[in-house]
Amino acid sequence: MAAMGVRNDRKGFQRRAAPAGRGRALILLMLPGLAYFLVFHYGALLGNVIAFKEYVPFDGLWGSPWVGLGNFQRMFGDAEFWDAVLNTVWIALLQLVFYFPVPLALALLLHSLTRSTVRRFVQSVAYLPHFISWVIVVALFQQVLGDTGMLNGYLGDAGLHTVDIIGNPDAFRPLVVAQVIWKDAGWGTIIFLAALTQVDEQRYEAAAIDGAGPWRRFWHVTLPAIRPVVVLLLIMRLGDILSVGFEQMLLQRDAVGPQAAEVIDTFVYFRGIVGGDYGYAAAAGLCKGLIGALLVYVANKVAHRLGEQGVYA
Amino acid sequence: MSAQAYRPGWMEKPKPVTQAGKAVALTAVVLLVCVPFLVIVSTSLASQREVVANGGWVLWPEHPTLKAYRDILDGGIVTHALGVSAGVTFVGTLLSLACTVTLAYALSRPGATGGRPVLLLVLFTFLFPPGMIPNFLLVKELGLLDSYGSLVLPVLVNVFNLVVLRGFFQGIPEELYEAARLDGAGDLRVLWSIVLPLSKAALAVVGLFYAVAYWNSWFYASLYLESDHWPLQQVLRTYVVAGSGLTDQTLGDGTVNAPQTVQMAVLVIATVPILAVYPFLQKYFTKGVLTGAVKS
Repeated sequence: MAAMGVRNDRKGFQRRAAPAGRGRALILLMLPGLAYFLVFHYGALLGNVIAFKEYVPFDGLWGSPWVGLGNFQRMFGDAEFWDAVLNTVWIALLQLVFYFPVPLALALLLHSLTRSTVRRFVQSVAYLPHFISWVIVVALFQQVLGDTGMLNGYLGDAGLHTVDIIGNPDAFRPLVVAQVIWKDAGWGTIIFLAALTQVDEQRYEAAAIDGAGPWRRFWHVTLPAIRPVVVLLLIMRLGDILSVGFEQMLLQRDAVGPQAAEVIDTFVYFRGIVGGDYGYAAAAGLCKGLIGALLVYVANKVAHRLGEQGVYA
Repeated sequence: MSAQAYRPGWMEKPKPVTQAGKAVALTAVVLLVCVPFLVIVSTSLASQREVVANGGWVLWPEHPTLKAYRDILDGGIVTHALGVSAGVTFVGTLLSLACTVTLAYALSRPGATGGRPVLLLVLFTFLFPPGMIPNFLLVKELGLLDSYGSLVLPVLVNVFNLVVLRGFFQGIPEELYEAARLDGAGDLRVLWSIVLPLSKAALAVVGLFYAVAYWNSWFYASLYLESDHWPLQQVLRTYVVAGSGLTDQTLGDGTVNAPQTVQMAVLVIATVPILAVYPFLQKYFTKGVLTGAVKS
């Protein structure tokens, strides 16, 4: 009925009616996608009640007895959980310090190239590893840096000491960061490059005419222009800080042992899905999710305080 | 843009040192990406004897042979897994694209009934994903265990892809919608005849993202499927990365461990489809398809 004829909207303006059936068609189009989100996100979200229960396979999710905050209390007294948290935070911080600047630097390098064929070729090559699965990336690293890999082959031929990288718990953290850089630093340049191309050429020109050299132009024109993007990416990274490459860790956990490679996500996996302690594992996962959401919220607030746009208004 | 070097008039000519430094850095980037691929392809093409003599890898095979590929494609686990991966990728990508396009289109039209709350509902899942255990229990309760549906349905629509497509649809000039509507086209007709033909670049990129995600996925398979239904990446993980024997069912020659050449051949087969579609699609990445989403 509302779709027929002329009607007034809330502010009293006349609005031309949409053709008959318009609203219905859009709702119909929405349905499959909406159903997916309702079932597999909100339905699954409900499943988090298991964090407050003791899972009994025979009774299922809804029949299992409530234990209140018992799972969370257990978690706080569990040294293995805290080891996983510590590992997670360590790896996340290392990635923040060593990975985060690489795409930015690479983007600046690519943007400074005046020959577009060279730039496009390097871009194409650098984006590629992003599309390679973690299984293959880990296998590639084994093949190049492993005991019988290429690097040790060359070192051995040259009569030098071979290096123990793959499967060495002490080398695990740098290795993990190196893998992330190899896989995603190239792809990470896209967003910076987009920001760089949007800088007004005239600003550079004006700065150059005023006598600013390359460094001062970089400092006073380039950096301010890409600052919002950097802040945005930092905030998003912060929300994700407790997820440090679940697949990457799981694939290599056997080789180096849980001491080095257990992170919160693998902890949840081994306690819950492998160990069957669903309630306890879900409690740990829920904590992680809540802290992640909280971090995004706080970081966004801080960004607003500093006069940045942030992720959402 | 031409292949000619373009340098604005105000920019100084770089010093030779700077240029040499850039050249070194760029070469390093290209080599770091390409050499590992060269090593696996070369090793897969070498004879097992050559690989053993060189200590486990080959940079350039002396006598290239396709024996490793013939061995693994001769029926058996890898051949089957290849079929599973191809099937899941094809069906999954089609279903995902269909559901993402329709939802993105509905959410991109101003004044769609319920558009605002649905959009918020969708975006919230980005901030707070349900978690591994609830997902697992849901798949179990829905009876999807050990079915290929468990690889597709739980990851059917990706929020990032949805936002990319929605941003792209919103960028289509409103006049086109108006004109189509005056000609009597309904929303479905507008989507099919106006929006989709204009969105080929965005569809290609999003389609590639879905296809790559399905092709590369192994964790859900390890979680939900029995080993005789595994896709290629999970087979690769079990036999190459974790180093369990591959040979019994595949090669039938009774050796305990798969020769290095065979392992590398599996690795190459798992990589080739990505390398094959990549050149056709990578040109779209720079066309601003993704940057539209960044701003919205």
